[in-house]
Amino acid sequence: MNEDTIAAIATALGEGSIAVVRVSGPNSVDTVAKLFRSKQNLRDADSHTVHYGWIVDPRTEQVLDEVLVTVMKGPRSFTAEDVVEISTHGGIVAVKSVLELVLRHGARLAEPGEFTKRAFLNGRIDLAQAEAVIDLIRSKSDRAFQVARRQAGGSVSKQIVPLRQQLIELIAHVEVNIDYPEHDVEDVTADFIRSNCGTVLKEVNELLRKSNEGKILREGIVTVIVGRPNAGKSSLLNALARDNKAIVTDIPGTTRDIIEESVSISGIPLRLLDTAGIRETTDKVEQIGVERSHGALNEADLILLVLNRHEPLHDDERKLLTQLKDRSTIVVVNKIDLPGQLDLEEIERDYPKERIVFLSAKEEEGIDELERAVSAMFFSGAVESGDITYVSNARHIALLHQTKQSLEDAIQATYDGVPIDLIQIDISSSWESLGQILGDAAGDSLLDQIFSQFCLGK
Amino acid sequence: MTYEAGKYDVIVIGAGHAGCEAALAAARMGCETLLLTINLDMVAFMPCNPSVGGPAKGHVVREIDALGGEMGRNIDKTFIQMRMLNTGKGPAVHALRAQADKFLYQHTMKETIEKQPNLTLRQGLAEDLIVENGACVGVVTKTGAHYEAKTVVLTTGTYLRGKVILGELTYESGPNNQQPAVKLSESLKQLGFQLARFKTGTPPRVHKDSIDFDKTEIQPGDNNPKYFSYETEYMEHTNQQLPCWLTYTSEETHQIINDNLHRAPMFTGLIEGTGPRYCPSIEDKIVRFADKPKHQIFLEPEGRNTKEYYVQGLSTSMPEDVQLRILRSVPGLEKAEMMRSGYAIEYDAVVPTQLWPSLETKLVNNLFTAGQINGTSGYEEAAGQGIIAGINAARRAKGEEPVVIDRSKGYIGVMIDDLVTKGTNEPYRLLTSRAEYRLLLRHDNADLRLTPLGHEIGLITEERYDRFLAKKQRVDEEIARLKGTKFRPDEAVQAMLAEVGSAAINNSVDGLTLLRRPEVTYVHLEKLAPPEVELSEEEKEQVEIQVKYTGYIEKQLQQVEKMEKMEKKKIPENIDYDLVHGLAMEAKQKLGKIRPLSIGQASRISGVTPADLSILLVHLEHYNRVTAAAHSS
Repeated sequence: MNEDTIAAIATALGEGSIAVVRVSGPNSVDTVAKLFRSKQNLRDADSHTVHYGWIVDPRTEQVLDEVLVTVMKGPRSFTAEDVVEISTHGGIVAVKSVLELVLRHGARLAEPGEFTKRAFLNGRIDLAQAEAVIDLIRSKSDRAFQVARRQAGGSVSKQIVPLRQQLIELIAHVEVNIDYPEHDVEDVTADFIRSNCGTVLKEVNELLRKSNEGKILREGIVTVIVGRPNAGKSSLLNALARDNKAIVTDIPGTTRDIIEESVSISGIPLRLLDTAGIRETTDKVEQIGVERSHGALNEADLILLVLNRHEPLHDDERKLLTQLKDRSTIVVVNKIDLPGQLDLEEIERDYPKERIVFLSAKEEEGIDELERAVSAMFFSGAVESGDITYVSNARHIALLHQTKQSLEDAIQATYDGVPIDLIQIDISSSWESLGQILGDAAGDSLLDQIFSQFCLGK
Repeated sequence: MTYEAGKYDVIVIGAGHAGCEAALAAARMGCETLLLTINLDMVAFMPCNPSVGGPAKGHVVREIDALGGEMGRNIDKTFIQMRMLNTGKGPAVHALRAQADKFLYQHTMKETIEKQPNLTLRQGLAEDLIVENGACVGVVTKTGAHYEAKTVVLTTGTYLRGKVILGELTYESGPNNQQPAVKLSESLKQLGFQLARFKTGTPPRVHKDSIDFDKTEIQPGDNNPKYFSYETEYMEHTNQQLPCWLTYTSEETHQIINDNLHRAPMFTGLIEGTGPRYCPSIEDKIVRFADKPKHQIFLEPEGRNTKEYYVQGLSTSMPEDVQLRILRSVPGLEKAEMMRSGYAIEYDAVVPTQLWPSLETKLVNNLFTAGQINGTSGYEEAAGQGIIAGINAARRAKGEEPVVIDRSKGYIGVMIDDLVTKGTNEPYRLLTSRAEYRLLLRHDNADLRLTPLGHEIGLITEERYDRFLAKKQRVDEEIARLKGTKFRPDEAVQAMLAEVGSAAINNSVDGLTLLRRPEVTYVHLEKLAPPEVELSEEEKEQVEIQVKYTGYIEKQLQQVEKMEKMEKKKIPENIDYDLVHGLAMEAKQKLGKIRPLSIGQASRISGVTPADLSILLVHLEHYNRVTAAAHSS
């Protein structure tokens, strides 16, 4: 089988243990060899050998991690293809940056269940397992699809959609020049292509810069902070943010009652949403805020329910406690610096001890305990979708790099005097890479664009 | 009453551009072929613009010629103007376009058909298809003639339940007031075909002597034009080309149209069929692009021995009196005599997802369809399908496997794959942007792409094939020679580089490296280091293109290779998607309807996700292994 080379994180994301990036396909050895510094040149390595060394970014020679690399040549491997496994240090940061690097050097992110699919297609998995293989592909794909769909409304999508629009307008213009050479449509010039591609490239670079700093906002577990007015939600948000270098979001044009911050807790990216206080109210404006808070709750991967220890439990809070007990919820008992009036028994009835955290957001006391609770939940798998969000993000970064490369090629071609129909190949590639980030949400009709943008006909 | 009128291998119904290619291909492949047409005077008639070619369309004509078809030769014999378009762009989109002497074009084609051995041309209106055991076995005409056949090709154009719309007036008619084919449409419906209703239109024609050419811009042909056919060497009429003329609509034109929209069938609801967006009527253009102050109008002669001029850009179904006023509002046409009015025509088409990639219908075996009946528009699109339907009808009659052209091998392949895989909700026109491997599907290399296939199926003679092989060899050898030729930084080389404005070289470089420089052409290198035997113009061009664009060509070839792997993964025709565990509901429905023949084709169906494809692959692997196990035990 002469397929392309794929990569993915093969281990469950967990703290303290080892994480493995698996690469499979004809170029797997070559791809990893480009990034691996060791006594052993990986290209000459025997099958089924393990090598100690470092993964470096070949552009900067900056060391990402100290690793063990295992080479297994096909057909004696899981997929029956050449497989290379990179064992990195545990946690998230190392394995994620190694995966990103691999994706930028010749591999593409494996589709859900693809290693298993290849193993089956290459005869490594028993015939009787066909149905199980299919079920795996289906369930993993469906889950990835849900996450992708939710992300489609995210802030990066909002930035990518207009870039794609600018590119498709440019492509449509080029195509009209080609397919309707006698029509009175202005010719696309090298300058025009350069300036359009240049604008998009600038934005793509900006997105990449943000992503390098971990600032891509769609990345992250959607974490909703909820509670009664004055329970201390905003103080908690601020405390978490101060402790974790929060990035204040700058989504243009979004004015809402939900305040958003992105933070990273033990390497786990969180999108923190501070909601309007939830209470029964007749005030129209406040009602809208409360409705939005409920909406945010439905979307949440993780919920921080903030209670005020200084006051007895309110009916609104009782409702929330019941409503959220089967979700990934951590109860945050705030204001421990003040005298307590809260009856804890009521809470402990429904929530195990490890899901109840005591702190003072104002005094920034106990914040680290909350952080421990969050990462424990994440790594125990109680928080769904984390790894998918995470991995899809690595894929997006790889796609942004591809987009950048295509745009740079297009711009270079304008200087080299390459004809527009060839430059169009690069422009289209950049448009397609951006489209893959949007996935299903990408609209794809060039012809619709051509015929709505230009008046053509005989 | 019917009578036995004869037995044939292949019957082609309709002698338009699709039908002519289909019938000629079948006959040339040795099949006894009958070509039926409603009116013998309408063979290869051009009911709309008197021109052939242009981007993508011209490529198709070259492909037809490379396969051994007729359209290229016929237009070469009958053009009154020839132009290469897009010469300022890359070689892939250079496109030849000819103005035809439309009368000579059809007479010449008719003559070719009349002279063709194995081919019978008959006037007759086919009304019924004879279907036995799920296979088409013959045709009955209005006059009762019953023809038997092994295979039948339908190329009905706009005749199928055709209806002309002209202002408030509508009447049943084929193009140019020909008899429509009404009963055949019913016959198809009874067989269970899903039909679509499409619309197209044509502009008025004006008398040459009533045009004030001084108010227009001349649009001459090329001085040393190329020809469509690889076989055409020189045509005498090349030196007697006729120009076209360019003018524009005026403010008054737009005013007249806006004032009369209440009489425009486009907007009164009289037209039900879906018209093509790329070929809108003038009223449609003015409504949809209200900001555009003027639209181009090309005045094109319809032939050498006629005064009729085609008014390109004014396609309309406005009432006749409004048409005349519109015409006379255009500079140069103030005193225009309208010889024929424009009109819109609605017709039935077979929803093309009901076809296999061979153009055989899924519903009725041995029945093929090609051209406008498949939802396309354009003579070239029709002819391109026609030759494939003719080839496959002949191969079926002979018990051979069908021929399918890959998307990477020709625009014909792109078009047919689009039609049968995605269908179309408007008349389908080829555009170069529909091809994902545009750089590979060039005007210049149609022979390299398709002549071996044409030879294999018996449409290219040994003599022509030998010529082709010799050309290919000379091109390959010349590229190899240039690769082995070192150009030193001597005076002659540096002088040439300086002359073309390219940087001087410091070390010796091979010919390919030099030729890849944008400023350097083959002719420059040829002067510095001539080959033993000088190449022909075509061969030089081929060498230059192949060398200059290697990088881009390689990139596309890699993509093709990837796609071909998917195309090679065949799906059995009898697969029951409802029984494929794990497929999403939408995928089951779409796959069940289209019944793709390969994973590649399946991947192009909208709504079939990568996960569905993976699942299908696993299912097929399972199926194949079980089948293999069953066979071995």
